[in-house]
Amino acid sequence: MSSHERVDVGAVLAHLGDSVKSFLTTRGISLPVFVGIHTGGVWVAEALHAHCAVAEPLGMLDVSYHRDDVARTGVRPLKPVHMPASLDDRHILLIDDVLFTGRTTRAALNELFEYGRPASVSLAVLVERPGREIPVAPDLTGMRLELGPEDRVKLQGPDPMELVITRPNDSLLGEPAR
Amino acid sequence: MSSTQPTLFRLPPAAQYQLDEEGRLRHFLTIEGLPAELLEEILSTAQSFHTASDQAARKVPLLRGKTIVNLFFEASTRTRTTFELAAKRLSADVLNLDMATAATTKGESLLDTLRNLEAMHCDMFVVRHHQSGAAHFIVRHVAEHISVINAGDGRHAHPTQAMLDMFTLRQHFSDFGAITVVIVGDILHSRVARSEIQALRTLGVGEIRVIAPRTLLPREATSLGVIPFKSMEEGLVGAQAVIMLRLQKERMHGSFVPGEAEYYQLYGLTRARVELLAEDGIVMHPGPVNRGVEIESAVVDGPRSVILKQVRNGIAVRMAILSMAMRRHAW
Repeated sequence: MSSHERVDVGAVLAHLGDSVKSFLTTRGISLPVFVGIHTGGVWVAEALHAHCAVAEPLGMLDVSYHRDDVARTGVRPLKPVHMPASLDDRHILLIDDVLFTGRTTRAALNELFEYGRPASVSLAVLVERPGREIPVAPDLTGMRLELGPEDRVKLQGPDPMELVITRPNDSLLGEPAR
Repeated sequence: MSSTQPTLFRLPPAAQYQLDEEGRLRHFLTIEGLPAELLEEILSTAQSFHTASDQAARKVPLLRGKTIVNLFFEASTRTRTTFELAAKRLSADVLNLDMATAATTKGESLLDTLRNLEAMHCDMFVVRHHQSGAAHFIVRHVAEHISVINAGDGRHAHPTQAMLDMFTLRQHFSDFGAITVVIVGDILHSRVARSEIQALRTLGVGEIRVIAPRTLLPREATSLGVIPFKSMEEGLVGAQAVIMLRLQKERMHGSFVPGEAEYYQLYGLTRARVELLAEDGIVMHPGPVNRGVEIESAVVDGPRSVILKQVRNGIAVRMAILSMAMRRHAW
């Protein structure tokens, strides 16, 4: 028996948005570039971009061609990619929905640096869960979910945005971890 | 090659070789038999690789660790170099073998050459050959893990050229059903024309016309789904695109055309004839261009010409085809 749980992310997004604002203030970053990772990361980035009233248009990355599993999955057309003409000396806030293994972040960093040499890159994620396979840590986190290796969490959206948590071994584990 | 080699001219149905069991690209030999969805996927993937002219070209690591061999038995500049650039932007290693001066002239058979390249752990062959069916022949005789891309075989097919022309057309016209495309010149000897017609039909182009002297028109022209016209004055009227073909002197044995001057007078694309096209009509040419033979020099450089855009688009389209056809790991 598997269990599904749906979590509305409105409050989490608002919390993350406030964290981003104070993070930018603390760091003295006045002209940040927000970059969302397709697909869920772009939804989160759109919300944060509006919340923080960022002047620079939102950047969007599809990291499929930089993923380390593309040789197995095959090449598919990319979703629309937008990026400022140059990222040289800019402060980048990279935004994703879920931080799990860290491989997507790695692929996004590789692709980002194809566009120039940013002054800094910070990582904001809506959800952080255990399971890192690469030394990546977020600078800003909306919420942390204590999930087992077989559990899945997926952001559905964009309107309304909600997290769907699936625990395949729920009946064996008893009470879901919170 | 020995006299017992299978004939190159009896072409097997390509679809069985081109697609894997999931319907994904395995080899790219001809447009014939490929579903419209796959051609659309090639165009969309090419769009992912396309960079605007003011952007720096970016490399992607899709084919890192792979080796691609450009196996050219026939001269080529544009096709070979754009294949090379495409492979390099995908991070592959590229070997360029000019087979006209390679070991085959020392008596080594094609199959022995292929065995040697396999032994070097090459992953993909991009083949151009003067004989029709050469790429099919290679597919049937190479190791399972190797993908073969046809970069032009005899009079048979030049599918990557057709796809880059479809990509160029798509940049100008989003609704293929509403456009008329005219192909002018040596339809009979042209592998480009054959592949173009198949691609235009598969993608549902509204009307396909051909203009050629009767001697350069295949007898089965109408069964190809195209409308033949005798004169430029009739055939160009209102068309959204004209694809000019090069007069291929090296493929003509016998007198197919009376003379260059008369050919130009009857079938040359002059500035005056360009005006017959639709207002948004474009001029295409796969190259190499013979200025003053099939097309007026001022038209080549004129505002309607997208000839250099075609060359540029060749890189993104070939990146798409190379990356889609590369064998996937099964781990």
